Amino acid sequence: MKKLLSYFGPYKVQSVLGPLFKLLEATFELLVPVIVSLIVDRGLGQRAADFTYPDADRGYIVRMSLVLVAFGLVGLVCAVTAQYFAAKAAAGVSAGVRSALFAKLQSLSYSDLDGLGTAAMLTRMTGDVNQLQSGINMALRLFLRSPFIVFGAMIMAFTIDVPSAGIFAGVILLLSVAVFVIMFVCMPLYKKSQARLDKVTLSARENLAGARVLRAFCKEEDERRLFSERNGAYTASQKFVGKISALMNPLTYAILNAAVILLLYVGAIRVDSGSISQGNVLALYNLMSQILVELIKLANLIVTVSRAAACGSRIENVLAMQPSLELFPEGKEGDRVETTEKDDAFIRFDGVSMRYRGGGGNALTDIDFSVKKGETVGVIGGTGSGKTTLVNLLPHFYDVTEGSVKVEGKDVRAYDPAALRARIGIVPQKAVLFKGTIRENLRWGKADATDEELMEAARIAQADKVIEGKGGLDAAVEQGGRNFSGGQRQRLTIARALVRRPDILILDDSASALDYATDAALRRALRSLDYDPAVFVVSQRTSAMHGADKIVVLDEGRAVGIGTHEQLLENCAVYREIYDSQYKTEDGEAAS
Amino acid sequence: MKGKKNTARASLPKGTVRKVLRYVGKYPLSLAATLLLAAVTVGFTLYVPILVGDGIDCIVDAGKVDFSSLWGIFVKIGVSMAITAVAQWLMSVCNNRIAFEVVQRLREDAFGKLTRLPLSYIDSHAHGDTVSRIVADAEQFSDGLLMGFTQFFSGVLTIAGTLAFMFVTSWQIALVVVFVTPLSLFVAKYISSHTYSFFKKQSETRGEQTAFTEEMIANLKTVQAFSHEAENAEKFDEINRRLEKSSLDATFYSSLTNPSTRFVNNLVYALVALIGALYIASGASFSVGDLTIFLSYANQYTKPFNEISGVVTELQNALACAARIFELLGEREESSDAGAEELGEAEGNVSLDGVYFSYTPGQKLIENFSLDVHPGQKVAIVGPTGCGKTTLINLLMRFYDVTGGAVRVDGRDVREVTRKSLRSNYGMVLQETWLKSGTVKENIRMGRPDASDEEVIAAARASHADGFIRRLPQGYDTPLGEEGGSLSQGQRQLLCIARIMLCLPPMLILDEATSSIDTRTELKIGDAFAHLTEGRTSFVVAHRLSTVRTADVILAMDAGRIVEQGTHEQLLAARGFYYRLYNSQFE
Repeated sequence: MKKLLSYFGPYKVQSVLGPLFKLLEATFELLVPVIVSLIVDRGLGQRAADFTYPDADRGYIVRMSLVLVAFGLVGLVCAVTAQYFAAKAAAGVSAGVRSALFAKLQSLSYSDLDGLGTAAMLTRMTGDVNQLQSGINMALRLFLRSPFIVFGAMIMAFTIDVPSAGIFAGVILLLSVAVFVIMFVCMPLYKKSQARLDKVTLSARENLAGARVLRAFCKEEDERRLFSERNGAYTASQKFVGKISALMNPLTYAILNAAVILLLYVGAIRVDSGSISQGNVLALYNLMSQILVELIKLANLIVTVSRAAACGSRIENVLAMQPSLELFPEGKEGDRVETTEKDDAFIRFDGVSMRYRGGGGNALTDIDFSVKKGETVGVIGGTGSGKTTLVNLLPHFYDVTEGSVKVEGKDVRAYDPAALRARIGIVPQKAVLFKGTIRENLRWGKADATDEELMEAARIAQADKVIEGKGGLDAAVEQGGRNFSGGQRQRLTIARALVRRPDILILDDSASALDYATDAALRRALRSLDYDPAVFVVSQRTSAMHGADKIVVLDEGRAVGIGTHEQLLENCAVYREIYDSQYKTEDGEAAS
Repeated sequence: MKGKKNTARASLPKGTVRKVLRYVGKYPLSLAATLLLAAVTVGFTLYVPILVGDGIDCIVDAGKVDFSSLWGIFVKIGVSMAITAVAQWLMSVCNNRIAFEVVQRLREDAFGKLTRLPLSYIDSHAHGDTVSRIVADAEQFSDGLLMGFTQFFSGVLTIAGTLAFMFVTSWQIALVVVFVTPLSLFVAKYISSHTYSFFKKQSETRGEQTAFTEEMIANLKTVQAFSHEAENAEKFDEINRRLEKSSLDATFYSSLTNPSTRFVNNLVYALVALIGALYIASGASFSVGDLTIFLSYANQYTKPFNEISGVVTELQNALACAARIFELLGEREESSDAGAEELGEAEGNVSLDGVYFSYTPGQKLIENFSLDVHPGQKVAIVGPTGCGKTTLINLLMRFYDVTGGAVRVDGRDVREVTRKSLRSNYGMVLQETWLKSGTVKENIRMGRPDASDEEVIAAARASHADGFIRRLPQGYDTPLGEEGGSLSQGQRQLLCIARIMLCLPPMLILDEATSSIDTRTELKIGDAFAHLTEGRTSFVVAHRLSTVRTADVILAMDAGRIVEQGTHEQLLAARGFYYRLYNSQFE
């Protein structure tokens, strides 16, 4: 919790004053029964034999009633002040946590992100922080008030009459045991019942998402049976936990009233002996009824706070993560790796092996090749052969396990990641656009790009027609680019990468949704770029390798062939198989 | 969600209450017991403070304590307390039974409906919405029912009982209580109507932030690739600041309700104390004990008022939720299979006879289309994405019914045979690879639950899935999460193929069945496919034209229509749509 506590820093004053004002309010609340007893004892005075009160002090009664109203008013002001401080601290602290969390997530490496998973990250950012906020709010409001009222009532009772107050101590103990035992028995049961509800949800979801398959296999009857089973199990667990949690009210009610009987009995003896007055008994009784409400509030508070604490520790785990990317200490300028021999290669993969964190085998093994400026490199292989992994090493998204990747003779780990990535244009497999306008999206490539620069990049990416068709650079892009087709998105993401006129361009299976003609035009345009980037083209298809100066053939993470198309057809069995599978037909004739 | 509920409430369909009562009415005994027990509970709960007041009246002063009466009172309190406690517990148990079982039935009916809804409903309605009807709405409904029984009914009884007692004891003080208490309701109403806009603002800002977060977190890799972190942080913090402000407003103003109503209650309390004490002083027949009772009633009386206003909203919500479930239950079902005959094992003759079909009336799609497929023939369907290839599959599998003409299998109109017998004659592999949550083995067995392990493994071998399955942590018993979990698209497709390999139905539908499998593996399972399609009527949708050349009939589709029909050679010779499509893949 230490790390999270630091976010309370700017809200120290509120975090202290909130509970204090709550305490004040509670104090005034506790004084109410005392005042009422004063009204009865002093205001009414002695009861005469004829059941009248000859010494009644009406002025006193009115004054004390006004005091009651005044107490209520002061209590109101205190409560409002306390609520404000609590809300302020809760909103402020959680805003700080959210901001820190977002910044932390952005700073993590690809490996870290893989480990966390998108769903978990989103839950941390939204649900967990919201729970934390309401936990803080509740805690600041109640964690002093409820125990204070419960124990305050007991202390008040002690000031009135010690032997009667002993009953309070006993009752508080008994009630606490009852409330907490029931709650702690129920909590895991609720969890279990929630898990069963999840199964019910699963059934419903599956029968919508998988409607075609399930009906094709005539599974409706089975599915209904399964649902009925799950639904029944859920209801049974609901009823079971319901029976136990339903004990709470009757049990506490019984305990409290048993205590009332005892209180009256002890009170009767004490009054009879002249130790206390009738008004005192009345006060004790009123104090007793305040306990129960607060005790139940306290129990609920404990649940909320423990839930919030669980969320808090999950958040803390993320905040405590250190970005795992390996950076050479000299950082931006320094270059620990001695560039002894003058390397004419622009990019060099030097004995590179790479294993994903938590993954069993190597994703890449012993990759060696170099690329000159202006060259086009094709990377080909089946699904899971390591193509994307290979190109992800260039911008230093992942660390190599062995060997090194060098750009201009310098290890990528010696670059500042942002500076390195600024020189690389990437078109990821999944063509994602962001909510905003086309212009905003393209400017991701270069924040200060002019419209001319943007349109120039769009022309090369064959996206100029798309932009025109949508009504220009100001056309709105919906979240995820929903209002664009797959092919349109792909062209725009290519344009986005080209806007920065990158030294290295990476096309990761980026033309899959383009028709053949557009694809060909794109490739022509890329070849004629005036700033000579090194281009990496990743694909499963040999047709995409056309015009590559060098093709790297990957099979299960190994480079099983490096060379030109013709060379590989000649001497690389895997490449030939891929080629044949795409071009050859049964009668042995190549269709192209 | 909130908005949806509000509109639902505004237009609560007639008959919702009646339908709810029909479900609840199946528990007449529990229902009667609940009402009776509630009355008992409330009665005795109200009786106890009277007893306590009497008790306090017995304890007047030193030497003036009436112990003999006290004992009697103690016994009465003890008995009342015991009865209340037992009645209260039994009431909860009955309530739970009604609420949970009603919802269980409702949910079961809704799910049964789900399996009988036509595919057109499922295709055209957001899945999340339907799921939330069956799960979240049902849950909310059960909460509402429960609250309604326990709190609404006993709340009303408590108010009635308290009022009755107070008026009997001292109508003057009772009047004071009756007139001042509703103040707290007004205060609460006033505050909540003013906080509504703050809450709305908060949830809007929160929604905005969640959307932004979702977008950026889901694509963090792209964000980092373009070093866009700083811009994002700036935007995030801007939204975050607004959220902090609106969240503070919403939390603070809504938290005013409790202190304010508490203040009103204190006011009532002070008034009762004042008037009560003055009464006693003036020698009216009003004792300190009576004052005690009044003070505790003043507390008890205001509580149900605050609760009931909450319960009413809750009940309205519950009814709105119930209405959403009933709406689902009222949807038109697929035509019944009753009276339809069994198709039996088909030979594989499929004919479409002057078929007309469209998804939306008035928008023409398939018109007067005929096709005759002989047993064992291979029909390929080609065309650009979105051309309506899946429409044909929808008609073959009878996921949709034709609007004109007929689809026949072995000469029998598919509408005259049961869906089950029709569909079990087809083996289907779709591009959207859907797997059920369960183990790998269970998924392969979907079509033939009685298949032996050896048969399952043989099917997996044939579809080249055996290799990767064995590398999974628990092999064939590896549990797959919802929709296939961590498997790659290609692996999932291999499992879908294995699923078909196991049951080997007489006719096949392969919709881009190998689209996610790399070409080398595809080539390797090609043999298995060739074996599979041999002697079976098959319909193959393919993106890669090389795989359709051997088809007996090729249907070229565009914009939802079948534009050409013939063999590869015929269509090439025609130099039409197919010719252009075929050649475009070679630049």
